[in-house]
Amino acid sequence: MKRAASKPHKIRSQIVVPTMSPKKWYGHGIPGVDLQKLTGKLFVVEGADGSGRSTQIVRLVQWLEQGGHATVQVGLKRSSLVSEELEQAQQGNILSRITLSLFYATDFADQVENVILPALKSGFIVLADRYIYTLMARDMVRGMDEGWLKNLYGVALVPDAVFYLQTTPEVLVQRNISKTLTLDYWESGMDLGLSRDLFDSFLKYQTLMSEQFQRLQKTYGFRIVDGNQSVEGVHEELRSEIEEVMRGRV
Amino acid sequence: MKTFSELGFPGRLIAVEGLDGSGKSTQIYLLKRWLELEGLKVFFSEWNSSALVKSATSKGKKRELLTPTTFSLIHATDFADRYERQLVPLLRAGYLVLCDRYIFTAFARDVVRGCPPKWVRGIYNFAALPDMTFFFKSKLEVSLQRILDGRPQLKYFEAGMDLRLSTDMYESFRIFQGRILEQYLAMSTEFNFTVIDANERVEVQQQIVRQLLQNKIDLAKYMHSPL
Repeated sequence: MKRAASKPHKIRSQIVVPTMSPKKWYGHGIPGVDLQKLTGKLFVVEGADGSGRSTQIVRLVQWLEQGGHATVQVGLKRSSLVSEELEQAQQGNILSRITLSLFYATDFADQVENVILPALKSGFIVLADRYIYTLMARDMVRGMDEGWLKNLYGVALVPDAVFYLQTTPEVLVQRNISKTLTLDYWESGMDLGLSRDLFDSFLKYQTLMSEQFQRLQKTYGFRIVDGNQSVEGVHEELRSEIEEVMRGRV
Repeated sequence: MKTFSELGFPGRLIAVEGLDGSGKSTQIYLLKRWLELEGLKVFFSEWNSSALVKSATSKGKKRELLTPTTFSLIHATDFADRYERQLVPLLRAGYLVLCDRYIFTAFARDVVRGCPPKWVRGIYNFAALPDMTFFFKSKLEVSLQRILDGRPQLKYFEAGMDLRLSTDMYESFRIFQGRILEQYLAMSTEFNFTVIDANERVEVQQQIVRQLLQNKIDLAKYMHSPL
């Protein structure tokens, strides 16, 4: 006790400059972009609603800024181009499958070009609250062709790391209900007609989604993080993995 | 890729393609009027006209927010919406569906804008091919003149200004349309375009179009049946 009290509080000022690593596209990419100039890093946090994604991103931003890194956040349905229309369409549930899928792809591509690429060029750390994997998984659960989706998302940049917060449907259901006292129509996959009961449908749908994520994991190599553990536990894990990537050890 | 008839749809899809100012919209309008007045089940659909998507597209265009990639995707979204909600159900119901522009417009424009052809074609591969595609082939100068005479106020994307071909809008439009024409001509054989000489008089072209359509499709099958 005495020793700790007499020790002056140490202010950390050492900043780690992230190592440079070459960027890649999943497919042909976006015409006219010089990948060499993308000096920033792109980290993706994936997981269902209730997996703790948003909480974790808030914590990561705080930690990164403290560490002297400039950050930018992106997520689904946040483009200036189509987010309003997409929201409207979902409320009315009036768009067909391919249309909705292309609408989301437009929203995604708009953010790639107008947020992600400029930020990476300026050396920012970009944190993505979901990425193409959720979009692909949702469509695959609905029977869309994987090859078609891969071609479509050939415009996506390969992230420096993708963290999938794997959370059991039972935990998700509890977290969602305690937060909103209901379950979201789309997150319950009600459009699929799995069950007329929202609760049952949620569990079934999240199980199907998690199966698709397992499949995608094999192709895209996500780092699986146990989302059932405490906020602190997940945060520690994400931090140490991101640190490794920034130091170029992975 | 297969046509609607090859896929066993009772309806038939007829598309027109061509440069702005080639007169294709006039021709398909006359075709539509004729078929309607003959008492046939006809539906007409225009490129870039789905209500919901249109609001996003026009916002993007007004604010010049669109890049080649998002330009391509937002038009694909518009097309998919019309395709899934109107074209397919109507073709299932045995309609003659007339389309002012179809997927070939995207193939030509997006590729000129620098999108990879394989990517663009891949996105549209959910769509069946038209049973008949009329391509209105006009001399570049004639189409340019028609547009420039009619409404000299060109729009930014229409003139291909986003491609930075020229700082002069009219010059940009000329170069852009020229490149689109090259793309159309390259696709003509592959997609079995029926080429119409768009330099002919309106009536002459319409006569040819009606004749060719009748030769290919048994129009009497598409009469409205008494309800």
